[in-house]
Amino acid sequence: MDMNQYLSMFIDESNDHLQSLNENMMALEASPDDLSIVQVIFRSAHTLKGMAATMGFEDLASLTHQMENVLDLVRNEKLVMQEFIFDTLFKSLDALEAMVQDITAGGEGKADVSSIVASLQAIVRGEVPSAGGAAPSAAAPQQAETPALLDEFQFSVLEQSIQEGNQVLFIEVTLRKDSQLRAVRAYMVFELLERNGEVVKTFPSVQDIEQEKFEYSFSLYYITQKTAEEMQSLIMGVSEIESVTSLALDMESLSQLGQAAVAATAEAAPPEIKQEDAPAPETQAKPAAAPKEEAKKAPAKSGGAPSRTIRVDIDRLDVLMNLLSELLIDRVRLEQLASDIQSTELTETVEHMSRVSGDLQNIVMKLRMVPVDTVFNRFPRMIRDLAKSLDKKVDLIITGAETELDRTVVDEIGDPLVHLLRNALDHGIEPVSDRIAAGKSETGTIHLRAFHSGNHVFIEIQDDGAGISREKVLKSAIKKGIVTPEQAEAMSDNEAHQLLFAAGFSTAEVISDISGRGVGLDVVKAKITSLGGNVTIYSTPGKGTNFSVQLPLTLSIIAAMLIRLGSEKYAIPLSSIVETGIVKRSQIRSVHGAKMVEFRGSHIPVVSLGAIFDVQGYDESEEEETEIVVIRKGDKLAALTVQDFIGQNEIVIKNLGKYLPEIQGISGGTILGDGQVALIIDPNAFIK
Amino acid sequence: MAEDIKVIVFKLGTEEYGIEVDKVQTIERLMPITRVPKTYAFIKGVINLRGVVIPVIDLRGRFGLEEAEHTDQTRVIIVVVNEMEVGFIVDSANDVIDLNRDIIDTPPEVVGGIKAKYLDGVAKIGEDRLLIMLNLSEVLNKSEIVQLESLEG
Repeated sequence: MDMNQYLSMFIDESNDHLQSLNENMMALEASPDDLSIVQVIFRSAHTLKGMAATMGFEDLASLTHQMENVLDLVRNEKLVMQEFIFDTLFKSLDALEAMVQDITAGGEGKADVSSIVASLQAIVRGEVPSAGGAAPSAAAPQQAETPALLDEFQFSVLEQSIQEGNQVLFIEVTLRKDSQLRAVRAYMVFELLERNGEVVKTFPSVQDIEQEKFEYSFSLYYITQKTAEEMQSLIMGVSEIESVTSLALDMESLSQLGQAAVAATAEAAPPEIKQEDAPAPETQAKPAAAPKEEAKKAPAKSGGAPSRTIRVDIDRLDVLMNLLSELLIDRVRLEQLASDIQSTELTETVEHMSRVSGDLQNIVMKLRMVPVDTVFNRFPRMIRDLAKSLDKKVDLIITGAETELDRTVVDEIGDPLVHLLRNALDHGIEPVSDRIAAGKSETGTIHLRAFHSGNHVFIEIQDDGAGISREKVLKSAIKKGIVTPEQAEAMSDNEAHQLLFAAGFSTAEVISDISGRGVGLDVVKAKITSLGGNVTIYSTPGKGTNFSVQLPLTLSIIAAMLIRLGSEKYAIPLSSIVETGIVKRSQIRSVHGAKMVEFRGSHIPVVSLGAIFDVQGYDESEEEETEIVVIRKGDKLAALTVQDFIGQNEIVIKNLGKYLPEIQGISGGTILGDGQVALIIDPNAFIK
Repeated sequence: MAEDIKVIVFKLGTEEYGIEVDKVQTIERLMPITRVPKTYAFIKGVINLRGVVIPVIDLRGRFGLEEAEHTDQTRVIIVVVNEMEVGFIVDSANDVIDLNRDIIDTPPEVVGGIKAKYLDGVAKIGEDRLLIMLNLSEVLNKSEIVQLESLEG
């Protein structure tokens, strides 16, 4: 079977499971006695193991299996969770995540996890380093007694089948000595077996049996609904069979027989060791089939209603969006035609079509929205590890995780948020001793909030730490030559705080391994700005700091003001526009050779779009009054002069293709109702 | 014996040029072009090709030839090279021919004033028909243009 077609599904689902494992482990850490959480974790790990084995990622499957062994003891109350076990399990999750990432990048998912495996095995054996462990000796042998000839994976498949109430049989078949066609008889037996259940492992391998590389007998592990007696008589029905022994196994006899089988088959099939080294493809394929079924069953058994969603490739949504925008363009044309022809029926049909396509547009846009939860959910784990390594105590409180953002924004916003959170924990929250000295609770709090406001989504990261020291920031900024001492003196507290975003700025006196990664807040700011967003800091010394990130709802559809310059049309993003208005020529003054206009008590620069873009056939300098658009970048303003306002529109942003270089002042194009392309103005380029 | 290739033939003035057919996405009639300010003179702007915004280049301008009036015959050939989608404005495009690679000669030093580096070779078809094969990645290479501009500026 070609597994490639399932690979992306596997990666998606693995990530989901890893995420849920992480989340539930965190939940378990908060309430270690809640065995129902362990059950959920166990099921997730089990499903992951099954999927990995099916896909042939053996390292992944075997590590998950080791984790399962530990979890199994916990859920059967033979092992009490404690810090060492948590740490080891979290380490295992990290290793799994790395493997899945490797697979995502096209690798084999291989990794050296021997030390983690050793730790896990030690836990199963009851060798937990710290005290307080009711380390179970009863459960420990389970690992040791895993039959040599069943690998761990097959063993657990059988184990699971027994738990699910299936019959697990160990069957030994001996052919008559005078049998001429031993391979054929064996084949008939296997065919019979496969009609009634699942063969997990055979001795010797299926391939050897098919090639008649066995004496007169072979044995196998078998999962079925039928009883041992039924199977025995069924197999005896095949001709030239000397004898059949069929043993129903329970947990105990399973591990015992695993060893008995070694002895039994050692005589029957001498080339045993060779088979172990290079297992035949069939023997791999067979056991893989079983867990796949279980993997499917597992979520259903967890009791929750099945999720009614499907995964869609984002590229397909982009195509859908493109098709839709063409449809909208045709709609405008039809509307024009209908009004020209003045046929009532046609007009009514076109009106109906307009409504339908409008609804369609809404739906398609909503399809691209995903909750920020998909980014937030990895933070609790990150904060936990970070707090541990910094020896700080912190609670991360997440609100508004259901707030929805366009997928493209969500994909991009993760890294900046990680940085801001690290910053809050590393620089914001004080060490426990300092907090106690300052009369605060020893556990700090970081609030991570997301909420809608108008056409924007805000994400805030607020800590109750020491806050930002104005003096420290200014001292550092002066030292680095970012501001002059005179400028620093004149700055408000708020302005001083914004200096944190200046390029090359870092207040950390000691570069820690958390924030000293050569990436400053300036990179965070640049990233957020490139997404069309903005980030601001509010801080009160001693009380804490709040980073507020403002983001557009979507990157691909924005509200824009369409304007005209001569025969050309341009779009200006509404998010940058403060207001529009008309000024008289006489109000535009020349200050130091630069044109300025008074706006709300201050003078702001006037930029002639027509001149900058070299628009033919349009010259505003003769006009008595000029339309202006006041735009904003941060707290700086400028006025763009334009010829006419056409109106406000929702536009679909398209890039100008790979060939066109970054063009000063243009951030992309959009297709208008008449099918023409209008360029989108990048207001940031006009404010220095 | 080298293989046959299919070639789209188009005209600039009196010269005939060829582009391998698998580099060509479609050939369109001239459509409204939106001017893009602050870019090279030979980039005429961008067009809406069924929902995708594509830059168009006046090939005459790119080769330093005199620009011509657009007529009924003017076509835009949309090519895809190195994932770049670009439209070429040409005087006309009306032929697809099979060409054997063997008959493509290395380009002479100068052909019709166009730098030899833009050319893959010249094919002689029949008695007096010369077909100039374009090296598209060189035609679309902008580093050379940037150098030129910085020299001038």
